[in-house]
Amino acid sequence: MKRNDISSAMTRREAVRTGLGATAALWAGQLPGLASESKPPLVERAKAVIQIWMWGGPSHLDTFDPKPDAGYDYCGAFKEPIATKVDGLQIGEKLPLLAGQADKFSVLRGMTHGINGHETASYMVQTGRPSGGGTVYPSLGAVVSYFKGYNAGYDGPLPPYVVLTQPQGRFSECGFLGPKYKPFATGGDPNKTPFTVEGIIAPGFSRQRQEERKRLLDGLDRLPWRLTDHPLMTTHMAHREEAYDLILGKGAAIFDLGEEPEGLRERYGRNTFGQSCLMARRLVENGVRYITINYKGWDTHKQHFPTMNRKLPRIGPWTGYPAGGSFGSRAARFHYRLVGGASSGAPPRCNGKPLGTGGAATTERPSAHSWPEVDFPVVRWWGPPIKRARMSSSVRSIPGI
Amino acid sequence: MKDGGLRRLTGVGLLSVVFLAGSVVVGTVSAKPASGLDRVLQELWLEAGHPVPEPCPDEVFLRRAHLDITGTLPTPAEVKDFLQDRSRFKRGELIDELLACDEYALYWSLKWGDLLRVKSEFPVNLWPNAVQAYHRWIYESLKANKPYDAMAREILTASGSNFRDPEVNFYRSAHSAEPEGIAEAVALTFMGSRYEAWRPDYQKALASVFTNLKFKKTAEWKEEIVYFDYTTPSEERRVIFPGGKAMTLQPDMDPRYAFADWLIQAENPWFARALVNRVWYWLIGQGIVHEPDDLREDNPPIHPKLLKCLEDEFVKADYDLKHLYRTILNSKAYQAESAAGRIGADLAILQYNLRRLDAEVLADALCQVTGTYEEYSSLIPEPFTFIPRSERSIALADGSITSTFLEMFGRPSRDTGMVLERRDTSSPAQHLHMLNSTHIRKKIESGSALKRIYGNGKRPVEKLEHCYLTLLSRYPTPEEKQWVQKSTQGKPWNHEHSVDLVWALINSAEFLYRH
Repeated sequence: MKRNDISSAMTRREAVRTGLGATAALWAGQLPGLASESKPPLVERAKAVIQIWMWGGPSHLDTFDPKPDAGYDYCGAFKEPIATKVDGLQIGEKLPLLAGQADKFSVLRGMTHGINGHETASYMVQTGRPSGGGTVYPSLGAVVSYFKGYNAGYDGPLPPYVVLTQPQGRFSECGFLGPKYKPFATGGDPNKTPFTVEGIIAPGFSRQRQEERKRLLDGLDRLPWRLTDHPLMTTHMAHREEAYDLILGKGAAIFDLGEEPEGLRERYGRNTFGQSCLMARRLVENGVRYITINYKGWDTHKQHFPTMNRKLPRIGPWTGYPAGGSFGSRAARFHYRLVGGASSGAPPRCNGKPLGTGGAATTERPSAHSWPEVDFPVVRWWGPPIKRARMSSSVRSIPGI
Repeated sequence: MKDGGLRRLTGVGLLSVVFLAGSVVVGTVSAKPASGLDRVLQELWLEAGHPVPEPCPDEVFLRRAHLDITGTLPTPAEVKDFLQDRSRFKRGELIDELLACDEYALYWSLKWGDLLRVKSEFPVNLWPNAVQAYHRWIYESLKANKPYDAMAREILTASGSNFRDPEVNFYRSAHSAEPEGIAEAVALTFMGSRYEAWRPDYQKALASVFTNLKFKKTAEWKEEIVYFDYTTPSEERRVIFPGGKAMTLQPDMDPRYAFADWLIQAENPWFARALVNRVWYWLIGQGIVHEPDDLREDNPPIHPKLLKCLEDEFVKADYDLKHLYRTILNSKAYQAESAAGRIGADLAILQYNLRRLDAEVLADALCQVTGTYEEYSSLIPEPFTFIPRSERSIALADGSITSTFLEMFGRPSRDTGMVLERRDTSSPAQHLHMLNSTHIRKKIESGSALKRIYGNGKRPVEKLEHCYLTLLSRYPTPEEKQWVQKSTQGKPWNHEHSVDLVWALINSAEFLYRH
């Protein structure tokens, strides 16, 4: 299906039924209800996606689909969801910053994948395919990298698909497309100075030392001289030059968060996740097409509520608080979409164990495991509300293919 | 590593002196002349109007033989010994030594692990203990040089528990437990052929062999029994396997035996061919049929004569894998200089091809030269596989256990069982990693094996020599000495110079590639 065929008059239901799913949300630039008077086309494409992957993941009950009437067994400490800027939409009490910007995102509460294990569920959500069968499908980022990356004339200074900071593990993001489409994983910690991006920024190495080393290597690397016409050596040397373009050229500047105003860095939160979000924005501004922020630590088999008390407030500022502030303006300029953290869902009951702070041995909310009957929400920024989309078709359609 | 059996081939060596008396001998020669193969190669070069490629120098041969046979770099002592050895037969002797050491079995278990899809999860779900058992079985088989026909037959006719009869895991690693899924795996693994491209009647024939192959759970966690179900009635069937004659499958017999009998015989067009083509690809760098596991009528071998010669040699030697390796390794093709530029596929098949080191071999080489370790851990329960830090990367049994480094350098995820899933292509990310990552920097700066280079008490020229022997398996040339000297810009040799030298050599193509 061609996205351009869809007129703005198309209803939400039609969009979903035709398998558009989240496509509209993610690749569309301006959407009805957002931009005001002039009727913008529904399907203007975004140029980049930032995917926030909350490995574990957070429970829908604590975040975007609270069920306050379900009682203590289900809600634990979080029994007072808060109203948002959007009438009738309530979200978890630990997300006031998001509540204040609810007009900018939509919540999908109707998605479910029916899978009861981290790795297979992640695979499904990342690739839009059920696991099993002989073929391993690529993740969304790899698909975008395939269609919007080097094959499509991408010539940004960085690889088109970047992961902040650690790769997925457990399954290969590139699937059958092969390692060329694997993301570039930065490593390091953007909350530290310098952000030591693997391979690009080496603390303690002056530019002069790097240049001296390069001269030494150029002199000693004899094989490419002897095999000058060998295609492997030609590629070898070309790739080395590309690497040096990043080491001695632009790379260091792109990853230098010190170039951002101090106040902005504070607003994003002075922690690895907050600074990763700010970094992701810089990457978009430098042409990167797909960025995944892997945010670990949501697999709370124990100490659930204390962990949520600590972590949930961190996901508020990811938009570049304050509302209507820099996120909006910069996003509009660079046309990117923020795909919020899909949780793996959870058996909603907290195993009947005492809740609250809990002892170390207490299993509280085992939010690790998804639960077929439970719908879990996906947050999309700036998209029309879509409900009851099937996970597979929605996920697959995100890059619009 | 190699002990014993060093000079036990003297007798053979003497024989070959007689044999070679009439021919022109260039450089050193092998203890066992691969005469049949070399004759075919000569003919092919002649036909192509191409001169016989020059044999590679000893130090090049030494390095490539170590890397190709054992996946391991030679030590400086091994380099010195070999280069000093004046014997004309030292290459052949080295080949035999290397084929006899444990690393041969370890390294080739890795390659077979790719083909047999040995991994604990996703999309193959062997599960950790079955992976260990299966890998151990492959390793022991290769170590004992079990004839390939016996290996194949054991796998094809396997029944029993995935923990106690490890070869049944072949069936559990197929893409599906349906007869078609198993047939696909059998066709690819043992016939080097893509089942999905077969005629429907052939497809049906092979699938029908596995109709009554069943799987059942036991009370033990993740144990699974693979068995032939005699209780489900089946009829007598006439089947034809690809390229074969019609045969009858008896209803009261496990048809896998009949299939194995058909497959494993000298006249079978698939079995030996698929194997020798893969081995040629692994050792020379190009399959005689490309892709190496896509044999079919409309994808003919580039040099049928060469393929036939290897096939005959392999069958004549009763499917002796080491004999096949020895034959190829002693050949003029393997011992030729690698081509200096782009050449046509017809010629590229006939001589050693430049290739990057396998991911695991590179990881091990880096550890070896620096005296450091890679740490691997398993994310897959349960039981979690523990990997001691001294374990080499080539010894990783489980395709699901990997690292960013290994994936970046093309370790296959073992999803398809195809040879080309393992990739040795270059990427800018690899260069960034080698040139400038914390991982490599730490190895270079703190590796215990580098103390000898960095430590005091050695003259710079000795350090330089040791560096070259360790990293590139050869002595530095006068120009290289000069260049290094010049790079210090008149300053006395210091620690930083040593570190930079190691760094530069590790990043040189000569270290990263087999040539």
